[in-house]
Amino acid sequence: MKYVIAIIQPDRLDPVLDLLEKKEIHLVTVSNVMGRGRQKGISTVYRSHREAGNLLRKVKLEIAVNDAFVNATVGAILKGAYTGEIGDGKIFVLDLQECIRVRTGETGGTAIG
Amino acid sequence: MAVPAVPIPAAPPAPSPLSAGDTAWVLVSAALVLLMTPGLAFFYGGLVRRKNVLSVLMQCFVVICILSVQWVVFGYSLSFGPDVKGIIGSLGWAGLRNVGAEPFPAYAATIPHSVFMIFQAMFAVITPALILGAFAERMRFSAFCLFILLWATFVYDPVAHWVWSAGGFLSRIDAGGNIGRGAADFAGGTVVHINAGIAALVAALVLGRRVGSVSPPHSLPFAVLGAGLLWFGWFGFNAGSALAANGLAANAFVATHVATAAAGLGWVLCDWIYHGKPTTLGVISGAVAGLVAVTPACGFVTPMSAIWIGLGAAVFCWLAVTLVKAKFGYDDSLDAFGVHGVGGIWGALATGLFADKAVNGVSGLFQGDAGQFGLQVKAVLITVVYSFVVSFILLKLVDWIVGVRVNEHEERVGLDLTQHKEAGYTVLE
Repeated sequence: MKYVIAIIQPDRLDPVLDLLEKKEIHLVTVSNVMGRGRQKGISTVYRSHREAGNLLRKVKLEIAVNDAFVNATVGAILKGAYTGEIGDGKIFVLDLQECIRVRTGETGGTAIG
Repeated sequence: MAVPAVPIPAAPPAPSPLSAGDTAWVLVSAALVLLMTPGLAFFYGGLVRRKNVLSVLMQCFVVICILSVQWVVFGYSLSFGPDVKGIIGSLGWAGLRNVGAEPFPAYAATIPHSVFMIFQAMFAVITPALILGAFAERMRFSAFCLFILLWATFVYDPVAHWVWSAGGFLSRIDAGGNIGRGAADFAGGTVVHINAGIAALVAALVLGRRVGSVSPPHSLPFAVLGAGLLWFGWFGFNAGSALAANGLAANAFVATHVATAAAGLGWVLCDWIYHGKPTTLGVISGAVAGLVAVTPACGFVTPMSAIWIGLGAAVFCWLAVTLVKAKFGYDDSLDAFGVHGVGGIWGALATGLFADKAVNGVSGLFQGDAGQFGLQVKAVLITVVYSFVVSFILLKLVDWIVGVRVNEHEERVGLDLTQHKEAGYTVLE
C-alpha cells in the first residue's frame, strides 16, 4: 500500500479529479494549503507597504492506494496538474503501513478499496 | 376637521419656529453619522490580523456606548454650553438641563435643541474612534476605555467649543449668536480629523511598534464594506452640518461626493504609476482621505473646487503613508494620522484657499481674502499643538494608572483572546 501526497495548483484540481475518476480511483482527501517552492512565493502591496515572500495558495491531495494503482494515480496527477509553468507542484509517494476502515474494522488492502 | 361656521375672535398662536423638514433631515443625518462608527469598525477591522479583528470592532462599539453617556451627562455642556472666556462651556447644560424641544437659535433656529445635541453626539463618538487606527493590535482594553473618556473630555470637548460654540475663541459665532469672522470648519476638519489624526500620531509614538512581522490585512472585503458605509454615513456628517434641509446642505452633499470620487481615483493612479497595479486598498483609502479633506470645506466651496480638494487629499495622504511613515518608522497601524491628520490639515487649509463667497459668504485666498487663509492656518496650528501636548499627557497618565500596552505574550496571541476571551472566526465547526 502506498500513500500518495500531491501539492498542485488550485485551478488544476478539477482535471486531476476527473482523470482519477476515469482510472476508478475515488478515494481522495483534498485540502487548501499555503506553500512556496523554488519561485519563493509572491509579494503583495498594501498602502505602498510591500509584503515579500507571501506563501502561495495550493491544493493538497492525499490518496491511499493499493500497489497496483500507484502508477495510475501518479499518472493521472501528472497529466491533470501539468501546465509547464513554475509552481505546478510535487508528488510524494510514501509506504503505507496500515489502513483501517472505521465502519467495519476491516484492515489492509480491502479497507482501501 | 370641522370648520367652525363663525370665526373665533382670538389672537392666532405664534407660528412655531421649528421646521419639520429641517428637523427630519437632521434626525436622519444623526442616524447616518452613527452608522459611520460601525462602518469604521469594519474598515479598520478588515485591515488588522485575524487574531485582533474583534478587538477593533469591540473598541469601536464601546466608544459609542461610553461617549454617548459622557455626552449627555456633561460632554455636550462642556462643548456647546454657555461660554466661559472662549475656552470651554460651563456645566450649565449638564444632564441636558435647558436642552429640550425649544430651538437654540445661535446653533440652529429651526430644529429642537435636543436634535442639534444628538447630531453632535455622533461626532463626539466617532472622533475618538478614529484614533484607534494608530494603536490597533496592541492597546490594553481597560487603558483604551480610560483614554477615550479622558481624551473626549480634555481634548475633543474643548476644541469643539473653540471652533463651533457661540463664543469659542476660534468660532465664527460670537457669544451673542451673531456670525462673524472665524475659522471656517463646516463639518469638523479641525475639530474631528486634525484633532484625532494628531492624537493618533502621538499614540503611535507613545505605544511604540507592534512586535513581530505585521501581516497583510486579514479581510480587504470587510474594509471595502466599511469604506462604503463611511461614504454613505458621511452625507449625514457633511450635508447634515447645514442643520437644515436647504441649498447649503445640497452643496455640501454634492461637494462631498465629488471630492470623494476624485480622491479615490487619485490614490489609485498614484498606486498604478508607482507600483504598477491599481489596488483595492488604494481606492478605499483615497475615498476616505477625500471624505476627510472635504469635511471642513463642503459648505464653503463649489463642487468643482471639491474635485481639486479630493485630488490633493489623495496625493498628500498617499505621500504620507508611502514616504513619510517609511522614513520616520512610526507604527501608525492603520494610518489614522496619514489619512485623518494629513487629510484634515490639507482640507482645513484648502477651505481657506477655495472658499467661494457665493456658496456661504466666505471668501478664500483665491478670491483675495488672505485673512481667511490666515484664520485657517491659526486654527490648524492651535489644534495640532493642543492635541499633541494634551494627548501625550493623557496617554502617559493612563500608562501610569493601568499600562497602555498589553504584554508581548498577549500581543503575540492576539487581543481577541487575551482581552475579550473570544475568537472572531472558528476553523472547525
